[in-house]
Order: sequence, then C-alpha cells, then structure tokens
Amino acid sequence: MTQYSDEVFEKVRTALVDALGVDDDEVTPEATLVGDLGAESIDFLDIVFKLEKSFGITIPREELSPEDILTNSQYVKDGSVTPEGMTELKQRMPWADLSKFEQNPRVQDFGNLLTVGDMCNYVATKI
Amino acid sequence: MRWFWIDRFTEFVSGSHACGIKNVALDEEVLDDYCLAYPYLPPTLIVEGMAQLGGILVAEHFDWEQRVVLAKIGKAVYHRPALPGDQLRYQVRLEGTQDHGATIVGTSHCDGELQAEIELMFAFLEQGRFAEGSLFHPGDLAIMLRTMNLFNVAVDQQGNPLAISDKI
Repeated sequence: MTQYSDEVFEKVRTALVDALGVDDDEVTPEATLVGDLGAESIDFLDIVFKLEKSFGITIPREELSPEDILTNSQYVKDGSVTPEGMTELKQRMPWADLSKFEQNPRVQDFGNLLTVGDMCNYVATKI
Repeated sequence: MRWFWIDRFTEFVSGSHACGIKNVALDEEVLDDYCLAYPYLPPTLIVEGMAQLGGILVAEHFDWEQRVVLAKIGKAVYHRPALPGDQLRYQVRLEGTQDHGATIVGTSHCDGELQAEIELMFAFLEQGRFAEGSLFHPGDLAIMLRTMNLFNVAVDQQGNPLAISDKI
C-alpha cells in the first residue's frame, strides 16, 4: 500500500476540517469519514473539490465510489460482494484497506469503509 | 414575493465569471422585520443573490442540461451591512467542476469596498430526485434571464454573444 507523507496528511486533514466542520484532532488516520467524522453524501463532493484544489489533481468519481461494481449482479449476491467482486474492488481501490470489509462484505456497509488514511493513500497515488 | 436576488447581470463570460447588481431598497419587505429599527438586507440573501448568479454561470457551462442547486456554503464572510440605498456589485468566478457539481467563489462590493466574500458548492440533482424534468416551468427561466439582462451582456469564451438556448 502507498505510504503518504506528513504533508499529504496535513492537506487532507485541512480539507476534511473545512468540509466537515470537525476539529483537527478528530481527523486521525484511523477515523472513518462517515461513522467517525459524520460525512454525508453531499460532503464527498465537497471533499473531492477541496482535494483537487489543494493537490492540483483530478479525481474521477468512479475511483472513489465504485458504484458500478456494487450494483453489478455479477459481483453482488444476497447483498454481499462476491469473491470475484472483491477482486474487482481491490483492483479499483488498491489504496484502500479492504481487509475488515472483506470479512463480512455487505454492500450496505461499504459506505462507511473509507478512512482518513485511505484518502491519504489515494491522494498519494495521484501526485 | 419574487425570488430574484439580483437585479441585473452586468457581465457574463461562459465558463469563467459573472457580475451582477443588487440594489437595496427600503421598500423591500425583507428589510421590514429582520432587524427592527436598523433595516438592512439579510446576509443570507446576499448569499442567495450570488448563488443565483453562480447557479446560472454553472448551468450555462453545462449547457443547461443539469438541474443545479445550491448544496453547501463553504464560506460566507460579511464586512459591512447592506443598507437601504446601497448598490451591491457581485462577482462570481467558476472555480471547479465535476460530473456531479461545481464550485464558485464570489465577492460583493459596495462603494468600492469589499462587502462580502463567499464560496459555494452546487450539486446536480439526479433525475427523479424531488421532481422530474426541469426545475422551471417551460419558458420561465428564459423570461427571468431576459428580465435580468443576461443576454445583453453574455458572451462565450471568444467574446461572441451567447445565443438564447432552446433548452431554457
């Protein structure tokens, strides 16, 4: 997995503090964006804009939100991602730690998967 | 009440920026009860004015095919109140675009002084969300924009006058 620098973390933290109105010390690498920091769906668009501006990068929607995989019957069965689907997810999101999710890969839990550290890893692959 | 919070477009460059004027008048109902004995334009309506200016800038940039709504106010700083008789000169600039939204930054000046600074994010409503089709009755948007002088000042990136799209 990509390692990110302190500078990346600080920029991501600033973006999340601005977008979510959370305190600096709440933004830790382990914090989940939805569960711990309270991000709602509209906040993700805001976070993407802030990261694009801060790092001078372009973030295609499908890279952070693999909805096409999670809604594909080839990769989802009985509400859970199949092993084949997990392979697709890992290829699409090599920067994300999917190990916990993989233990019980219910689609409904995917939204609370991403952590601050995942975001830092993702950005580090783009710069 | 008419929900028009700019009086007139004064400049519009497709995909770049837009400028407009808001005159504050004592006969406006919104000044009556907002702050008794000290009438001024509610600051939220300054945001709304620049959101209208910016929303049109975004909608035109996407060829009027997106249903553009104000989704987040990233920043709103006011340096002085907008009093009756003041003329606010708004300027908004398109800052970022995505498949699902856009951001603008804006300023309001009065008597040559910075009056307010804002950052706004717009999102595009998916079809079926809240309503189907356009957010406007047929022709209403075109009438509103004509009333606001848009097509007398609007140009594309090369400086050519913008045609009135049949999508509005």
